[in-house]
Amino acid sequence: MKIYLPLDSAAVALGADEIAHALHAHAKAKGVDLTIIRNGSRGMVWLEPLAEVETPTGRMAFGPMALADVPALFGDLAAHPKALGLTDDLPWMKAQTRLTFARVGVIDPLSLADYRAHGGLKGLERALGMAQADMVAEVTNSGLRGRGGAGFPTGIKWKTVSEAKADRKYIVCNADEGDSATFADRMLMEGDPFTLIEGMAIAGLACGATKGFVYIRSEYPVAIEVMQKAVEIARAEGVLGAKVMGKGPAFDMEIRVGAGAYVCGEETSLLNSLEGKRGVVRAKPPLPALQGFMGKPTVVNNVISLASVPVIFEKGAAHYKDFGLGRSRGTIPLQIAGNVKYGGLYEIAFGLTLGEIVDKIGGGTASGRPVKAVQVGGPLGAYFPRALFDTPFGYEEFAGKDGLIGHAGLTVFDDTADMLGMARFAMEFCAIESCGKCTPCRIGAVRGVETLDRLGRGDASALPILTDLCNTMKAGSLCALGGFTPYPVMSALTHFPDDFSTQKEAAE
Amino acid sequence: MLDSVEVTSRVGEILTAHKGMEGSLLPILHAIQAEFGHVPQAALPIIAQDLNLSKAEVHGVMSFYHDFRENPAGKHVLKLCRAEACKSMGADRVAAHAQKALGIEWHETTTDGRVTLEPVFCLGLCACAPSALVDGKLVGRVDEAKLDSIIGGLK
Repeated sequence: MKIYLPLDSAAVALGADEIAHALHAHAKAKGVDLTIIRNGSRGMVWLEPLAEVETPTGRMAFGPMALADVPALFGDLAAHPKALGLTDDLPWMKAQTRLTFARVGVIDPLSLADYRAHGGLKGLERALGMAQADMVAEVTNSGLRGRGGAGFPTGIKWKTVSEAKADRKYIVCNADEGDSATFADRMLMEGDPFTLIEGMAIAGLACGATKGFVYIRSEYPVAIEVMQKAVEIARAEGVLGAKVMGKGPAFDMEIRVGAGAYVCGEETSLLNSLEGKRGVVRAKPPLPALQGFMGKPTVVNNVISLASVPVIFEKGAAHYKDFGLGRSRGTIPLQIAGNVKYGGLYEIAFGLTLGEIVDKIGGGTASGRPVKAVQVGGPLGAYFPRALFDTPFGYEEFAGKDGLIGHAGLTVFDDTADMLGMARFAMEFCAIESCGKCTPCRIGAVRGVETLDRLGRGDASALPILTDLCNTMKAGSLCALGGFTPYPVMSALTHFPDDFSTQKEAAE
Repeated sequence: MLDSVEVTSRVGEILTAHKGMEGSLLPILHAIQAEFGHVPQAALPIIAQDLNLSKAEVHGVMSFYHDFRENPAGKHVLKLCRAEACKSMGADRVAAHAQKALGIEWHETTTDGRVTLEPVFCLGLCACAPSALVDGKLVGRVDEAKLDSIIGGLK
């Protein structure tokens, strides 16, 4: 008997380890020969822990599993109280276009053989037969843009590094996924680590870099462990090392662990941290592509950007580019989170409207109350009211509504949310996490908290000060932390003025 | 109290293990904290000398990051997420409950040294919020009742 049960952090946080333990104990007592594969999550977090039993017709899903549901898995499966049918037939799975996440939840994350059997390393094999300029052109033609949030064309970044002359170049993967509502990087690293390794190896070949780093935040212990093991396996199997795949140039990788600083998700701050310094933001120029890690040309890409590279090389740039909307090409792993009925990861072509995502896919709130606001793009993203639910999911489309898609995380709030409180929290978070280098962020965030407290006490004269402060932070900060904190603050103020005025009346 | 000879010798071993690594200071600090549960002040000059940095620079790096502790934590560390997705599911209420139950504020340790309470900004468990990290164990959908049972289990 073969059962798939996720090792994914969300599944573990909901009891997957305890279920695995009970399954083993029960199988032993019944004399059943049981193999448990700890896979990645299928992304249906409301069904975690989700167990899948391998049957002749396919994998049958059961969830959310409780300890009491374990014994029945050894009986008539169709009669199991948590039986959901075949995983591949579930509506959530069927409606997606899984390119980057095609293998997540499907394969054993640490089996290179399983990875190969599901199309793994085909992209790298193809890249090995290509000239550097053609590899860069492939990425450019795919239309892939930085999935970390900035949306900068990945191919252009690679071109700059590829054409730079230096004795050493580096590929740095930004896995410092600190934004609330985002967990795509974590799920990818936990569920299909070889995809990231393959993407980084291709980046190394294309740019002439021989060393790669993955900078993972310390809050992700499972991802760190899986990635470390995967790199060791890839090295032992000759995928990485002195000759990539036994025939290419050298490329090797190292996993590095952050230390709890949100700002290190900003690329220059991350580079300083990687160099063993305070994670303080660097002024640009020089661009990291020319003077990055240790002053050498460096590609800094997000996990999802790099993990999308293998499928682009396997299926071709045109295949990837065919998906999407406007200048947002390909697919985007939406992370639907917060107060939502069906939360999880949903990979789909750009272009769904915010309303379709929240109401149809997410099923509205978990509390059953009306949706009040959706914060799109993490703590630095704007709060969207229902009135803007017709906004299509794309970089330019969200920018046009004074928002951003960021890393594609969406936090749903019901009507009990206090938007003045959320605006205050945005400023407080910025104050806690500011690296301190630039004044608008370091001091502005503290003043922001004070100003919002004045508003909360009913002092309307603080309003123009807040607006002015936000403009200063937006225009004068060195990086997105200070520069984008005004997005949640101003959107809360603009779209939910009642929350600000009610507080005033209460104080009067 | 840690024996300074012990600190010197273990820190020396950790430094040797990280020789030749590019940008090794964070991995060194992580290794020291894993060894001692905090980064002893006595370790800083040894690190500084080995990496050819000033003690101030090493202190500057250590104090920049939330993870590194100057002093030992309580026997158990309870981290509760304070970020937006968890707030949308009642994290503020759960945190207030924890503070009341333990009788401490953020970053404090109970007087019996049993539990240290710390905020964390996102564990990537945003679709099963609110979330917590209890001595390295991830917990999702934490409400007041679950929290009481967690705290009760920390002996």
